[in-house]
Amino acid sequence: MTRYLRDIFFALAALTIFVAASPVQAQSNSGPLRIEITEGVIEPLPFAIPEFIAGSSRVEDAASDITRVIAADLAGTGLFREIPRSAHISPITSFDSPVQYSDWQAINAQALITGSVSMEGGQLVVRFRLFDVFSQEPLGSGLQFVGDPDSWRRMAHNVADQVYERITGEGGYFDSRVTFVAEEGPKNARLKRIAIMDYDGANVQFLTDSRSLVLAPRFSPDGQSILYTSYETGFPQIYLMDLGTVRARVLDSQDGFMSFAPRFSPNGRSVVYSLETGGNTDIYLMDIASGRRTRLTDSPSIETAPSFSPDGSQIVFESDRSGSQQLYIMSASGGEARRISRNAGRYGTPVWSPRGDLIAFTNQQGGRFHIGVMRTDGGEERLLTSSFLDEGPTWAPNGRVIMFTRETAGADGAPAIYSVDISGRNLQRVSTPGMASDPSWSPLLQ
Amino acid sequence: MKLFSKLIGVVALLALTACGGGGYFGDSPISGAPGGEAAGSADPNSVAYFNQTIGDRVLFVVDEHTLTSQARATLDDQADWLLRNMEFNILVEGHADEQGTREYNLALGARRAASVQTYLISRGITSGRIRTVSYGKERPIEICSAESCYSQNRRAVSVISAGPGA
Repeated sequence: MTRYLRDIFFALAALTIFVAASPVQAQSNSGPLRIEITEGVIEPLPFAIPEFIAGSSRVEDAASDITRVIAADLAGTGLFREIPRSAHISPITSFDSPVQYSDWQAINAQALITGSVSMEGGQLVVRFRLFDVFSQEPLGSGLQFVGDPDSWRRMAHNVADQVYERITGEGGYFDSRVTFVAEEGPKNARLKRIAIMDYDGANVQFLTDSRSLVLAPRFSPDGQSILYTSYETGFPQIYLMDLGTVRARVLDSQDGFMSFAPRFSPNGRSVVYSLETGGNTDIYLMDIASGRRTRLTDSPSIETAPSFSPDGSQIVFESDRSGSQQLYIMSASGGEARRISRNAGRYGTPVWSPRGDLIAFTNQQGGRFHIGVMRTDGGEERLLTSSFLDEGPTWAPNGRVIMFTRETAGADGAPAIYSVDISGRNLQRVSTPGMASDPSWSPLLQ
Repeated sequence: MKLFSKLIGVVALLALTACGGGGYFGDSPISGAPGGEAAGSADPNSVAYFNQTIGDRVLFVVDEHTLTSQARATLDDQADWLLRNMEFNILVEGHADEQGTREYNLALGARRAASVQTYLISRGITSGRIRTVSYGKERPIEICSAESCYSQNRRAVSVISAGPGA
């Protein structure tokens, strides 16, 4: 667990901007090296990333691993394509030697990423530069990241986030984590554990054992704790776990009542969730510090899966008050709700984008499940996926990518975590050690 | 599968002596159990009789929580048994099939369990003897992805536990 704690509390010891060899004018993405994500990228941008220069033989493996993780981050978005090293013409032998732009133009690399890795005073130092090959100039300043050697993956993700941000103009999302439910065993005797991993599936840690059925962990806005539902007492109740101590406490434990589907408010101080009494499920808000509970809906129908808007003023949720599951938005203090889902089928598990512009949801129609997005007024609905069972979307910190659960059909049916971008492209299975479900994406780590 | 049945039998005995209610695997211990406690099922006051002869479960139509006439008949017999055997309580577990989102199915299972609870209370069982829980789609007993399995998974199971009078 120590390694995990170190990672969680990892803070970059230093983040220094050093001035590139020539003063940079084109920092503000004015050059041609630019991806407009909203326009729907069909042709990935080709980039070259020669292996980062190792300052000593001690860090050769680290240099190789860091380079590999950066390349995987970028290529994994579907927005970038790595030009294989076998095609490179001029080797990079020194981090500070001038770039031979023509050699990179010749292989049509539009972006060039160079870097170095060294150990200085017991700390790992990763430097990188990004070049716009066809403009023949650096894109942004060179940067260096300094940190604990065990945090090399995070440092690689930090480099990749910088490259992504400079080229797309969007926030990055690689230096982030995902909490999820790890599953094992046959379909009629599944064992579930809360787990956490890097966004790319690395560094998996289990946070609960499999004695109690657990469901749907959700990250806090500061990334330091999670909410989840556990049957530890025999009845589903919501729990709050501190990720530093890996200790959990029950939040709503009224005897005989089920509580589930918790999510944090954007300020992290309260929890919105479902409470079932006498067969009826409604939405409540709890102040974490005081435990004070406020009822937000009061209807004989099922109201569940609440999710706050990023400004904290509204809550989107699902209800079958119309006769089938649909999406509604109400004020964060409850009251009248307006329906936003209008198209065919049933809608559930709405999640507000961290950018505030879209709501992701599960749609069920014609015997199939879809992950989709719609504007907050219900307009411009797009179904992004289709399968036997897709459900439970969660947003990347930049609101451009969604992870969700996909479960296959039949007696051997098994859940896995997938990701897709909000244009519906780049559908990928996320690497997990076994069956996995209910992903929740953290904010960018601090 | 045979071993599994045996295990169920053993667990059922254990569950009877323990004070029941809300085991991890919910309905599987005492309920179901084809061939579980053949010896006791002839005794109309035995748990085996409740589970197998009366039937410990009722089934539901897709996305419904109203009781069918067949379900009501089963629950009438469950109520009679509970009135004869005051030393037992029950935990009613509501379940859903896999055709639905996780949270909705939890709420749907709760509705189903509450339907059973309400009906049993109307047949004279005091509310203090009945607890409910929902497992949503988390605990299917049949695992195919077809209506033949779904129809068995949309269920509310009355799990017998030792009551205060035991």
